[in-house]
Amino acid sequence: MTTPVRTGGDMDALRRRYALRHLAARCGVYGAAVLAALVCALPFLWSLVSAFKQNRDLYNPQSNPFAFNEPATPDHVTFLFTDTPFLTFVGNTLLVGALVVAVTLLLALPAAYSLARLDRPWGTPMGIAIFMVYLVPPSLLFLSLTRVVVTLGLEDSLWSMVVVYPTITVPVSVWLLIGFLKAVPKDVEEQAMVDGYSRIGAFLRAVLPLLFPGVVAVVVFSFTLTASEFVYALAFVSASPEMVVSTGVPTQLVRGDVFFWQSLQAATVLTAVPIAFVFNLFLDRFVTGFTMGAVKT
Amino acid sequence: MTSTRTEAATAAPDVRGKARLADREGFLAWAMLLPSVVYIVALVGVPFLLAIAFAFSDVTTGDPSFDFVGFDNFRAVFDDGVFWRALRNTLVFTLASMVLIVVFGKILANILVADFHGKWFVRFLVLLPWTTPVALSTISWLWFLDSIYSPVDWVLRHLGLIDGNVVWLGRPGTAMASVVAVQAWRLTPLAAVIVMAGLVAIPRDIDEAARIDGAGFWRRMVEVTIPLTLPVIAVAALFGAIMTFTDMTVSYVLTRGGPTHATDVLASWAYFRGIEGGDVGQGAAIALFLFPLLLAGAIAILRAVRRLEAG
Amino acid sequence: MHTVQVQGLVKTFDGHVRARRRGRGDRVRALDGVDLAAEPGEYLVLLGPSGCGKTTLLRTIAGLEQPTEGEVLIGGHVVNGLPPRVRQVAMVFQSYALYPHKTVRDNIVFPLRAERMARDERERKAAWAADLLDIGPLMGRKPRQLSGGERQRVALARALVREPAVFLLDEPLSNLDAKMRATARDELKRFQERVGTTTIYVTHDQAEAMGLGDRIAVLERGRVRQVGTPQEVYDDPADTFVATFIGSPPMNLVRRDDLLVGFRPEHLLPEEVVPSGERVAMPLRVERMEYLSGDRHVYGTVSGIGEETRVIARLPATVTTPLVAGEEHRFAVEPHRLRFFDAEEGTRAPAVPVDGGPIGGAR
Repeated sequence: MTTPVRTGGDMDALRRRYALRHLAARCGVYGAAVLAALVCALPFLWSLVSAFKQNRDLYNPQSNPFAFNEPATPDHVTFLFTDTPFLTFVGNTLLVGALVVAVTLLLALPAAYSLARLDRPWGTPMGIAIFMVYLVPPSLLFLSLTRVVVTLGLEDSLWSMVVVYPTITVPVSVWLLIGFLKAVPKDVEEQAMVDGYSRIGAFLRAVLPLLFPGVVAVVVFSFTLTASEFVYALAFVSASPEMVVSTGVPTQLVRGDVFFWQSLQAATVLTAVPIAFVFNLFLDRFVTGFTMGAVKT
Repeated sequence: MTSTRTEAATAAPDVRGKARLADREGFLAWAMLLPSVVYIVALVGVPFLLAIAFAFSDVTTGDPSFDFVGFDNFRAVFDDGVFWRALRNTLVFTLASMVLIVVFGKILANILVADFHGKWFVRFLVLLPWTTPVALSTISWLWFLDSIYSPVDWVLRHLGLIDGNVVWLGRPGTAMASVVAVQAWRLTPLAAVIVMAGLVAIPRDIDEAARIDGAGFWRRMVEVTIPLTLPVIAVAALFGAIMTFTDMTVSYVLTRGGPTHATDVLASWAYFRGIEGGDVGQGAAIALFLFPLLLAGAIAILRAVRRLEAG
Repeated sequence: MHTVQVQGLVKTFDGHVRARRRGRGDRVRALDGVDLAAEPGEYLVLLGPSGCGKTTLLRTIAGLEQPTEGEVLIGGHVVNGLPPRVRQVAMVFQSYALYPHKTVRDNIVFPLRAERMARDERERKAAWAADLLDIGPLMGRKPRQLSGGERQRVALARALVREPAVFLLDEPLSNLDAKMRATARDELKRFQERVGTTTIYVTHDQAEAMGLGDRIAVLERGRVRQVGTPQEVYDDPADTFVATFIGSPPMNLVRRDDLLVGFRPEHLLPEEVVPSGERVAMPLRVERMEYLSGDRHVYGTVSGIGEETRVIARLPATVTTPLVAGEEHRFAVEPHRLRFFDAEEGTRAPAVPVDGGPIGGAR
C-alpha cells in the first residue's frame, strides 16, 4: 500500500486546513451569489429609488443616485396611475397574455402529444421543424405580418397580438411539453386504454392531469414571452387604448424629447417584479422541462 | 378483459367505427398536430413568402400596390453604405453579446445550483433582467447611461476613475459597448436557466465519483461538469446568438441606431427603412438578409441537439 | 491494509426539502448510533432492507456526507471533516458512475491525474489494473459501448488504480441481470482476495451478503442489529428482526408464553426423519405444498409447542415422506436447533426446555 503513514498531528493540521477551505468555499458561494444578485438587480434598485425622487433631486448630477437627497415623493408614481393609461396597459397585457396562453395550450398540447407519443416516422423531423419556427424572428416577419394584420382588419386592435403571438409561444411550448410528456409513464395511458378509454380519452383523463406541472411551466413561459414582446406590438398597434405595457409605457411616458423618468422607472419596477416573482415560483419545473425536451426531442 | 371483449362484440357498428377512429394512431397523430401546423403555415410560412415577395417589389406604405421590380431593392440596399455598416455591427453585436452571455450564464448557473440560504431571493433578483419587458428595462438603461445624470458616471466619478461624463451613448465605441452590455445583461439569466437545466441533469453519482477520485473543484469543473454540459451550453450560446442577431429593441430604444449608424443592426435598419421610412420593399430585402445567417445558426442548434441525444 | 471504524455515528437529515418531500416535518434519523469496525483486509457486508441507513453509512465513511454525531476512523485516524480525496477511499457506485465522455482508459487514469502522477507511471498502473480485471481490449471504448458487466469491471479498475485504503461498494451487482450477477459475485470475491484491501460492501440481497462477506452487519432503521460471520448471523440471530430478515423462507417463530420459539424451516422435518434421541415433536396440519428445485416447502399450522402458528417446513428431496394437504402429520425439531427470543423486546432469551404434545392435544 502506498498510503502515506500519517500521525495524529498531521491529521489535525489537515483537518484544520480543510475546515478553513470549507469556510472559504462557503464564503465564496455567498459572495458570488450576492455579486450576481447585485449585477442583475442593481438597475432595478436604482429604478425603485429614482421613482420616488423629486425632480430637483433626480436632475442634479451631483446627488447620490442611490439615496434620497431631498425628501421622497410619491407624486410621480401617482401620476403614472392617474394621468396615464398605465392600468389600461396592464389590463391589456393581462388580457392578451391570458388569451395567448389559452390559444397556445389548445394548439401545443395535442401537437406535443402527437409528436411525443403517437410514434410516427415523421415525428422527430416534424418536432425539429416546429422548434425551428421559433428561430424565425419577429424582425424578419413584422413587415409582411403587418400586411396580414391589415388584411384581417385587426390593425390598432389588441386582437392582432392575440392572433400573432402564438407563433412565438407555440413552438417553444411544444418543445417543453414533449419533455414533460416523456416523464409521464406510458403505463398510465395504457392502463386507461385497457380500462376502456379511447386514445383521446386516455390522453384527456390520464395523461393531462399528470402533465399539470408542464402546463404550468408553459403558461408561465408563454406569458413572460408575451409580456416582453416589443416589435410586433410596436408595428401593429399605435392607438393607446389598445396598447400593452411594453409599448404603451414608452410611447405614453416619452413625449418627443420629454421623458417622465420617475414614472417610467416606477412602471418598470411594477411590471418586472410580479413577472419575475411568478417565474421564480415555477423555475424548477421549467428547468426540468427544458432538459427533458432537450435530451429527448 | 372479458368485459371489454363482450362490449366490443355487442356494440353497434357505428359506435365501433367511431371508437376505431379515436384509437387509430395514424389518424390521431395528424389530427392532433394539424391545428398547429396550419396555424404556423398561415402565420409564419405565408408571411415568410410574402416577405420574399416584398423584397422583389416596389411596395411602400403609401403605395401598397405590388409591382415586380427584380433585384432593384437589393441593389439599392447594397449600394447604401449603412447596410454594410449595419451588417458589420450586427456581427460584432452578436458575437460580443454571445460570448458574454455564455460566460456569465455559465457562472450564474453554477451559483444558482449551489446550496445556500436565501437562494430563492437571489434567484428572483437574477431573473429580473430577463422577465422585464425588454423595452422597459432598456429605457431604464437609457437613464443609467444618460449624458448628464448617469448614475454609472456618478459611481465612476466617486471612485475617481473619470472627471465629468462619459457620454456613453454619444460616441460610437462606447455606444456599441453599451448596447452589447445591456443585451448581455438582459439575456444572461435565460442562458443561466438553460445551463442550469444541464447542470441538474448531471447524475449526482458522477460528481461524487469525481470527488472520491480525488478531483478538486476546478478539475471537476473542467473535466466533468463542462464536458457533460457542453451540448446545453451550445444551446444557450445559440439561443443567445439568435436572439441577439435578430434583436432590434435594445439598439432601437437605446441609441436609435446612432450615433450616425454606429449601432444600427440589420433588424433595426430594416425597421427604420420598412416602417418608419415607408419603403417596405427595401425593409424586406434587408430583413431577408437575416435568413441565411439564421439558417446556419439553426443547423448548429440541430447539431447540438443531436449531440445531446448521442451523449 | 487499514481498519475502518465508526463510533456512535448519528446522521439526521433535516434538509427541509427532503423532509417536505417525504411529507413529514420531523427529522429523519438515517443513522441512529452506529458502532462498527472492519478489520484490515476484511470483507464486511452491510445488509439491510431499503431505507435502513446502509448507504448513508457508506457515504459517511466515504466523506460524501458528514455525520451529525460520532466519528469515522480510517487506519486509526479520525477523518471527520476531511473530504473524500484525502481519505484514500475508493468507491464503486450502484450506477458505476463512469464518466460518459471519457474512454475507459481516461476513466481509469482520472484518479491518478488528480494525484498529479507522472504520465508513464499512470499508464503503467492503468495497464496493471486493466490486466487484473481483464479489460485490456476495452481501453479505447466509451462507457456506453460496454455491457453491464464490463462497466462494473471498469469501475473496479478505476477504484483499484489508486491502491486505496478502503474499497466501498454500493450495491454494485444490482444493475446486472440475474445470470451475470452470479459470475460477477464470484469475480468480486476472488478479486478482493487477491488485492487484500479492506472492503465494505452494501447490499439488500442476503445471498450476496452470505456469499461475499467475511462478516455481515445487519442494519435496520439506522441501527446495527447484529455483526457476525454469515454462519453466526444465520444460525444465531441476535433478534427476531435478523431471524426473519435472513433466510428464505424466514425463521419460524412460535409464541410460547412470553417467549418466541424460533426454528429454521429446514430443521422442521417429519418426526421419522429427525435423528432419534432428543427431539421436540409437534403436530403440523399441512395446508399447502410447493415444489422448488427439488425441495418441498410445506405450509401448515403447528400447535403443541405454543400458540397455533402458521409455519413453513423445507423438506430436502431426500425426504420422501408422503404428505397430503389437509391432513395432520407429526413433525419435529432437534432441541439444539431451537432459538428463543423475548416476545416483547425481540431480543435473544435463554433456552428453556420445550416439549411438544400429542397429536391434536393441548400442550
